[in-house]
Amino acid sequence: MKRPLGTIAHTRSGDKGDTSNIGVIALKPEYYETILREVTPDRVKAFFGDRVKGKVERFELPNLGAINLLLHEALGGGGTVSLRVDAQGKTYGAALLRMEVELD
Amino acid sequence: MIRIANGQGFWGDWLEAPVRLVDQGPIDFLVLDYLAEVTMSILQKQRQEDPSLGYARDFPPLIGRLAGKLKDHNIKVVANAGGVNPTACARAVLKVAPGLKVAIVHGDDVFGRINEFLGKGYEMPDMDTGQPLSNIRSRILSANAYIGAFPLAEALDTGADVVIAGRSTDTALTLAPMVHKFKWAADDWDKLASGTIAGHIIECGAQCSGGNCQVAGNGADWAQIPNMADVGYPIVEAEPDGSFVVTKHAGTGGRVHSDTVKEQLLYELGDPKRYITPDCIADFTTVHLADIGPDRVSIRGIRGGPRPPTLKLSISYTDGWKAIGTLVYSWPQSVEKARAADRIVRARLAGLGLSFDEIYTELFGLDACIGPASPGNPDPPEIQLRIGVRGQDRKAVDRFTRELIPLVLNGPPGATGFGEGRPPVREIVAYWSALIPREEITTRVEVIS
Repeated sequence: MKRPLGTIAHTRSGDKGDTSNIGVIALKPEYYETILREVTPDRVKAFFGDRVKGKVERFELPNLGAINLLLHEALGGGGTVSLRVDAQGKTYGAALLRMEVELD
Repeated sequence: MIRIANGQGFWGDWLEAPVRLVDQGPIDFLVLDYLAEVTMSILQKQRQEDPSLGYARDFPPLIGRLAGKLKDHNIKVVANAGGVNPTACARAVLKVAPGLKVAIVHGDDVFGRINEFLGKGYEMPDMDTGQPLSNIRSRILSANAYIGAFPLAEALDTGADVVIAGRSTDTALTLAPMVHKFKWAADDWDKLASGTIAGHIIECGAQCSGGNCQVAGNGADWAQIPNMADVGYPIVEAEPDGSFVVTKHAGTGGRVHSDTVKEQLLYELGDPKRYITPDCIADFTTVHLADIGPDRVSIRGIRGGPRPPTLKLSISYTDGWKAIGTLVYSWPQSVEKARAADRIVRARLAGLGLSFDEIYTELFGLDACIGPASPGNPDPPEIQLRIGVRGQDRKAVDRFTRELIPLVLNGPPGATGFGEGRPPVREIVAYWSALIPREEITTRVEVIS
């Protein structure tokens, strides 16, 4: 059963230079395994297409039912250099909630 | 137990927040975070133009407004409001609050020591690109070492009412009162990591108490978080064993819940096992949260590791010029018209022989924020065309700013939204981070009253 990620998770995103981070947090503990299986670096990179020039890294925080995604070279240079309206990747977290995931 | 409240998540945050924290309930320490990477360069420029400036100018009037209450309730203030001129900041505070004892933490500003460091063989390569600092030496605007909690705690130990630092880390502001009050040792890594993570949770003000929160427990989404107009800023109730409770004053708006705290824990995080500060390396995978009451989240179990042998330098430098201009195209065919206008601007810039490091176009209302992740907008009623350029030649960037408004008359039909006139040309201040052995940085506390 395919559903948007937002049915099982909430997110917050921000920046460190030209890297955007997205924290993805399970709405219920039982969703964490699904997030681990479905929200892979490859799928996240594909979802954002040419917005992410570098690699996507993923870290696990099982204690919070959360993963932390680092999207490298994803902010048009970042900070003050970037010409984008969202130079800090503030909106990337909410955007990821639309990615389709296979629910158990 | 001590109560540490954060009343400012960045310079420009809600002016009323610190006043409400003092007025609406008990706190022992008020911490205020004023500095972002870019802020230091702005302050450095202000100081170059006027030696009595270079600090967060909102801070002295705030302390003037609070002075009597700080004394009455014995509330101590810890702030990195000093920017590149903490002494001037302290003098400005004493001018409006002469009864207070103010402690200044010196030593973070290494703008005048760059040549000394280079001479000693420190290449200070950028932590992102690996390029040596010598590449941008002539363009440096400011250079500061991130200072940890111990110099701030030493300043609190003097009995000061207000501690003013320059480039301290955001988390150190919250950790310092704990080190001061609980006498934590410099190698008590687990406790230092606890205080560091407490600092991370509250350093962005209301971002852990309902602000920018998508959900807030029990199925509540952002729209159901109560009374955001009166959002309560966060308070940490810290215990000597390192455990703490995140809360806010009773009766204030917003919500503190494990959901809102988790969102902030993940904010601007890198490797969660290695959150590196001057004081310790905190492990975010050891945080254990529990909702223990309305707007009360208990946190315990945090582990940490030894502090690194280096301190991080925050260096800003000029990197050319930029300008961003906008025009609005209305229905019908708003997207097609905006794209046509963009092609015209680019052709005209090329025709003028102007070149830039980058020309970047976004269609605001279509996919400007999130690009290919956007759900799309097949027939938008209006689109804002947003074109930005950056380059090393100021004249070229300036010329670009004259190429948008003519399109109202000589481009696709239906353009509007040009009322602001030509966009301003801004100098780009870029950010460089590097490491330096911590022995090179010596801090000093000065008390004035």
